Amino acid sequence: MRPSLVNQIRVLVPIKRTIDYAVKVRPAKDGKSIETAGVKMSMNPFDEIAVEEAVRLREKYKEAITKITVVSVGPPKSADVIRTALAMGADDGIIVEVPEKTFADPLEPLGISKILQEVVKKAAEEEEVDLIIMGKQAIDDDASQTGQMLAGLLNWPQATYASKLEFLDDKPTKGSVAQVTREIDGGLGIVKTKLPFILTTDLRLNEPRYASLPNIMKAKKKPMKKYTLKDLGLEEGAKPRLETLKVEEPPKRQGGAKVADVDELISKLQEAGRI
Amino acid sequence: MFSASRSLASKATCLKATPLPVGRSLTRGLITRAKAELAVAAPPSRLATCQRISLGNRAPSIPSSSKTQVRTLATPVRSNHYAKLTPADVGEFCKMLSGPSSVLTTIQPEGADPSFRTVDPSELDTFNHDWMNKYHGKSQLVLKPKTTEEVSKIMRYCNEKNLAVVPQGGNTGLVGGGVPVFDEVIVTLAGLNKIRSFDEVAGTLVCDAGCVLEALDNHVAEKGYMMPLDLGAKGSCHIGGNVATNAGGLRYLRYGSLHGNVLGLEVVLPDGRILENLSTLRKDNTGFDLKQLFIGSEGTIGLITGVSIITPRRSSAMNVAVFALETYEDVQKVFTQVKTHCGEILSAFEFFDQESFDVVQKHATAHVRDPFEARHPFYVLIETSGSNKDHDDEKLQVLLEDLMESGLISDGVLAQDETQVQALWSLRESVPEAAGKMGKVFKYDLSMPVSKMYDLVRDMRKRFEDHSIYSRDFDQGKPVGAVCGYGHIGDGNLHINIVANSYDPEVEKVIEPFIYEWTSNVKGSISAEHGLGLMKAQKIGYSKDPTSIEFMKKIKDLFDPKKILNPYKYIQV
Repeated sequence: MRPSLVNQIRVLVPIKRTIDYAVKVRPAKDGKSIETAGVKMSMNPFDEIAVEEAVRLREKYKEAITKITVVSVGPPKSADVIRTALAMGADDGIIVEVPEKTFADPLEPLGISKILQEVVKKAAEEEEVDLIIMGKQAIDDDASQTGQMLAGLLNWPQATYASKLEFLDDKPTKGSVAQVTREIDGGLGIVKTKLPFILTTDLRLNEPRYASLPNIMKAKKKPMKKYTLKDLGLEEGAKPRLETLKVEEPPKRQGGAKVADVDELISKLQEAGRI
Repeated sequence: MFSASRSLASKATCLKATPLPVGRSLTRGLITRAKAELAVAAPPSRLATCQRISLGNRAPSIPSSSKTQVRTLATPVRSNHYAKLTPADVGEFCKMLSGPSSVLTTIQPEGADPSFRTVDPSELDTFNHDWMNKYHGKSQLVLKPKTTEEVSKIMRYCNEKNLAVVPQGGNTGLVGGGVPVFDEVIVTLAGLNKIRSFDEVAGTLVCDAGCVLEALDNHVAEKGYMMPLDLGAKGSCHIGGNVATNAGGLRYLRYGSLHGNVLGLEVVLPDGRILENLSTLRKDNTGFDLKQLFIGSEGTIGLITGVSIITPRRSSAMNVAVFALETYEDVQKVFTQVKTHCGEILSAFEFFDQESFDVVQKHATAHVRDPFEARHPFYVLIETSGSNKDHDDEKLQVLLEDLMESGLISDGVLAQDETQVQALWSLRESVPEAAGKMGKVFKYDLSMPVSKMYDLVRDMRKRFEDHSIYSRDFDQGKPVGAVCGYGHIGDGNLHINIVANSYDPEVEKVIEPFIYEWTSNVKGSISAEHGLGLMKAQKIGYSKDPTSIEFMKKIKDLFDPKKILNPYKYIQV
């Protein structure tokens, strides 16, 4: 018997438009941020993994997963990464538009978490969200905080740095138990948790698919909603609280030198004040 | 031809010209020595005749059970016209150069500073053997000059003493043109590796010939420019070698030939004189354009020591898509469609067949994921480069919709980020490396009308089948395991890689001269971009008329009357 709409799982995947992983980054001229003008941008690689995981869940559990919604907070160009996610298999997109200038003073994880909390509330008006899958961190700030903060705000359990996600039920529904393998310092940790929860993805969770042409065509017809900070009542609440004072390149690597023997090694170390 | 690995996504390994283990040269050495004893010393002008006679003295063919296979079809004989290196010669070279790091030799130098020492013969292997480990020279001396002056001194001495010289760049050539045939002195340009200047407004780069192509590309990338050529060997090849071989590569379609992009050259002539033509002028109609002779001359009339080249602006918007198709006719139709919708932003149009794809999937060093659910008979990779992402994306969308609706393509993927761009490129760039790992590759590089290209691949497979020597993946113990067809279809350039389990002369006999005659019949070129080198030194007749060949030989005599530069190669008819 098909599970009724009431019991199906809705997945929300927050994604971020970041500087492309392969680009060599440079400080901007003002020395307070990273140069983004003319620089290639794309979906945060860990978020790509999150979208892929959501799509694989649907491929595995079929009607048990009702909807995969992607959401991005950023300037209008963030629509590009939403379209990529739709081309990978997500169903609809939400963009919370912030003006380009604000993007240069980046919204912080706390601000983003508050925004996402409101998005979850708004989404629930249509259908409740049961599972949030997101990247463990963004490759521009490497903060690794948003997933955890959002869990705190929503008061949901969190399973972070996931390298494997499985449901214990063949046909999972709302409230089902999931088992998550986490990458931790000593090796792997396994946790069990009930829906709803937040999952943050680590590298080995999966290998994201390419966007195929037929899906790219289909993605153009998928719906995309737009919100502003005003719509969510967060014009003040999402303001950054930290000020970046300086961004600079690491010191250039100095050439090494070969030493002839141990005595020379010791004297060189002494010269450098290391011993 | 070769192509570099990160933690996030696998990227095709940048194939460096890493030396492969030696071991095969012994048998070849024995045979060539035997032949040298049989050969009669011939004056320079009759060199060609001497070699034609020597072809008859072919070594007995070795049973295929032997591990060391020797290619005997085109083995020349060492000419006694060239002097043999003496310790005094080596001592003189040591005196000309800056220090022990500039000389690698197995002959103890006489009269030189005692810091110059000999090395074990195996240390010369990376210079004596080519990238494919197919050609094995026996040079006893490698010179690494650091300045153009030093190169000039070396050549003056060699010219006086009748010492044969092989100029060497990155040693990534595919026709044995960069390694000695016998004991020629190897002069490597690796020591000349400085970037001399870069004009940020005009985009003109002036550099030493020994600069590695990828290093140059990275250098100009910082200023928003790019090198006008790109090939798999970019991590190892030298710009001097690229110019000497008129290298083509993956971006030829968009940026054209080196004949157009090179503005000037600094060349050391065989007698040591320096031809100083390192101009950065775009236009200069004053007399014969001599540099055009050196471009593609494969080190036979001069050693290129400096290059002045124009670099185009690097595009900010780049897109890569791979399509899966069912027939070669569809490939050609897609080419037309792509040119119609994206002609002005198209920067590469490559194709590869299912067999090439399979070889990559099974043998490439870095695993390259199949973007599709099923295998298809043909694949096409297109790359667009432009200045405005939105405009390019729109053009591409129109193209993709058109292709999907027309049914010309069965499937396709579009890269969404840089990592995917590189992964998709490696599907195509890994073919030669994967073939090399699967077995011994008979590599052919041919130019012909696009409509004919795949007929040759089919005819080649059929010919192997008729001789019962071919089965996929060596699964029936037959000598030929793959026939890969791929290439720069946008330039009418087909690459055929025939993967055998050894460099078996019997297999070669089935391929040649069939493949050259076939190409000649459709008025194609038997070497589109790889050059003639040693491999095709006697084949020029398939693509050029006798009068042209006669004048080419006159040009060689004019620049190098003593024939000391890169002998036995290029034009030996």
